[in-house]
Amino acid sequence: MSPAPIVDARAIHKHFGHLHVLKGVDLQVAEKELVFLIGPSGSGKSTLLRCLNRLEDPSSGSVVVDGIDMLDKRTDINKARQRIGMVFQSFNLYPHMTALGNVALALRKVQGLGRAEAEAKGRAALDRVHLAEKAETYPLQLSGGQQQRVAIARAIALEPRVMLFDEPTSALDPELVGGVLAVMRELREDGMTMVVVSHEMGFAKAAADRVVFMSDGMIIETGAPAEIFANPREERTRAFISQIERH
Amino acid sequence: MTGWERFTDSFFNARVMEQYLPKIIEGFGLTVILALLIIVAGLAAGLLLALLRAFAIRPLNWLIIFTVDLFRALPPLVIIVLLFFGLPSAGMELSGFASTWLALALVLMAFSEEIFWAGITSVPKGQWEAARSTGLGFVATLRDVVLPQALRLTIPPLTNRTIAITKGTALASVVAVQDILGAAHGAVSHSYNPSPLTMGAIAYLILFFPVVVLGRWIETRFAWKR
Repeated sequence: MSPAPIVDARAIHKHFGHLHVLKGVDLQVAEKELVFLIGPSGSGKSTLLRCLNRLEDPSSGSVVVDGIDMLDKRTDINKARQRIGMVFQSFNLYPHMTALGNVALALRKVQGLGRAEAEAKGRAALDRVHLAEKAETYPLQLSGGQQQRVAIARAIALEPRVMLFDEPTSALDPELVGGVLAVMRELREDGMTMVVVSHEMGFAKAAADRVVFMSDGMIIETGAPAEIFANPREERTRAFISQIERH
Repeated sequence: MTGWERFTDSFFNARVMEQYLPKIIEGFGLTVILALLIIVAGLAAGLLLALLRAFAIRPLNWLIIFTVDLFRALPPLVIIVLLFFGLPSAGMELSGFASTWLALALVLMAFSEEIFWAGITSVPKGQWEAARSTGLGFVATLRDVVLPQALRLTIPPLTNRTIAITKGTALASVVAVQDILGAAHGAVSHSYNPSPLTMGAIAYLILFFPVVVLGRWIETRFAWKR
């Protein structure tokens, strides 16, 4: 990899009590790259993702994002996290705030913008996910797909360098998945670096630069989507993919 | 005298009621002040303890839990009597009013801490994670994301508990405070007629009925917009 990777995680181990969830994982992501993490549930892909912005503390290893050592105790973690947007399976919008309030909160409280400026930026972010007209709507009045797009707006409003997606469409009704994927596609076309944990194989084939297959806390195989889906080298990858594609 | 006349003469005696109405009104004012002071101090202290508990500092949390369990377990009247009759032998003297205020404020603190704490812990973990992932710190997340949601969840149980404990102001009459019950009880002894107690009961209704209705209004006012 010629230019320094924007995400550089090395030798990540994670223990939850007796469970050894990540067993020495390396993951490098280049700028503007879209990396897809796939694998059976319990394979550690979500945990790996959450180690990247330190929602989980790795038991050992190193994580450097955009040149910042995420595990250094001297790192201002709140400042570092603004460069790393995250989107969750269950949206996690704040139910007591409007869509705009959700998007503008960190702009005001973390970046210290005035209300007017934060709201202008917030509206611009909502516009990017095509929900400008829902600015004053509360999360529970929105469909799941719209909620997830507001969550994406909340993350991109901070102008992150990397976006992490943790199964962003798994909680959605099938007819709502398309709108969220379309927004992710546009983000990618705008040059956003993205790490995506998802089972949306169609999206992976169409949009991913690289697919990483994880199983049992380890990276088993990594390659271009066409390669991984058509000619997986490893038996475990083959088994997983044929199982997914049967559905 | 028929039975009915005897009944009205005992409980609705106009002459007695008129004579002791000013006393009951005085008692009413005293009860209102006592209740407000208990609510303000008790809820503020309860919220403060719940917030401190959120910082998860072990020894501090053990102390909080011990204090809270102590004041939830003791009958309020026992605390009042201990403060009023016990403290003087330790060289401190509290008036009946102050003893009742302190005792009930401590009890409300204990119960409301548990309610606030339950509210804080029932806010899903994903709310914390979403806020922290945008760079909000622990305190900002607690203040701007978690607490507003927690408070909404706590309003119904908090209203109930506040009303229940505030009604305990009637216990002040035991330590010679001329609150509604104290005034009414005194009036009964002077007039040999229970009508002042009827007035006392009505005074309590006038005081607490609006509070119950207000609680209901707050619940609907703060429900999530869907």
